[in-house]
Amino acid sequence: MDEKLTAAKPGDGGRSDRRSDMARARGLGSAKEGVQHWWVQRLTALALVPLSLWFVASVICLAGGGRAELVAWLASPFSAGLLLLCLLATFWHAILGLQVVIEDYVHGEGRKMALLLLTKGLGWFLAAVSLFSVAKLSFAG
Amino acid sequence: MAGNIDRAGRPLSPHLQVYKWQWTMALSILHRATGVALAVGTLLLVWWLAAAAYGEAAYAEVQAFLGSWLGRLLLFGWSLAFFYHLANGIRHMIWDTGRLLDLGGAYRSGMIVLAATLVLTLAAWLGAYWAMGAF
Repeated sequence: MDEKLTAAKPGDGGRSDRRSDMARARGLGSAKEGVQHWWVQRLTALALVPLSLWFVASVICLAGGGRAELVAWLASPFSAGLLLLCLLATFWHAILGLQVVIEDYVHGEGRKMALLLLTKGLGWFLAAVSLFSVAKLSFAG
Repeated sequence: MAGNIDRAGRPLSPHLQVYKWQWTMALSILHRATGVALAVGTLLLVWWLAAAAYGEAAYAEVQAFLGSWLGRLLLFGWSLAFFYHLANGIRHMIWDTGRLLDLGGAYRSGMIVLAATLVLTLAAWLGAYWAMGAF
């Protein structure tokens, strides 16, 4: 007789559970989301090493120039594309980072949830405004 | 030590204040502080880009603010926070690969992070003033 097939699972009252091991394990990990937050934080960090250095160098080159120089810089699809990526990675990275800080220091589920919603909402709003601004500068000058 | 037992009576790990203070702890919390500061600093970035998208008058306004002593102070603080978070972020990514986790590695890489922050910030501002034709 095979022990593994007939052994009762904990908490099932002796009835056999026909779900697979994977189905039982799904959704039970830490914070119910696995490593996705951790991984995206690192991916965006890695992307931001070259992107943010390029952005700072570009801004230094633009220092002292007027709006015309900024428009000329963003007229290039290369610059506009890199800046869009840089902004996307920046806001995504910042939102994930602020989430961890809030989760660590703000206690009380209500206050924590309210602050998380506010931070994420404001963060993605600012991201949308900046991305659209770059697109407008690039297309319309 | 009332704080070291949770409500269910189970022991918790010791709080921060029982450890002897070390400068690497300051670097650790500084990574968070600069991260939060940079996130707040994106407001300036969004203002700059949105003003440019609005037009000449709005852009002149934001440029005038950034050129004022308060604007330059904020930009200097932003650049210091940026280069620190960048350098220490690379240190964190090296740690993620399992390297430099010993005491000597943490000390040496911490010193390199501080030196890189100062050198890069100085280089960026010299570059910016050079681009503006200051010398």
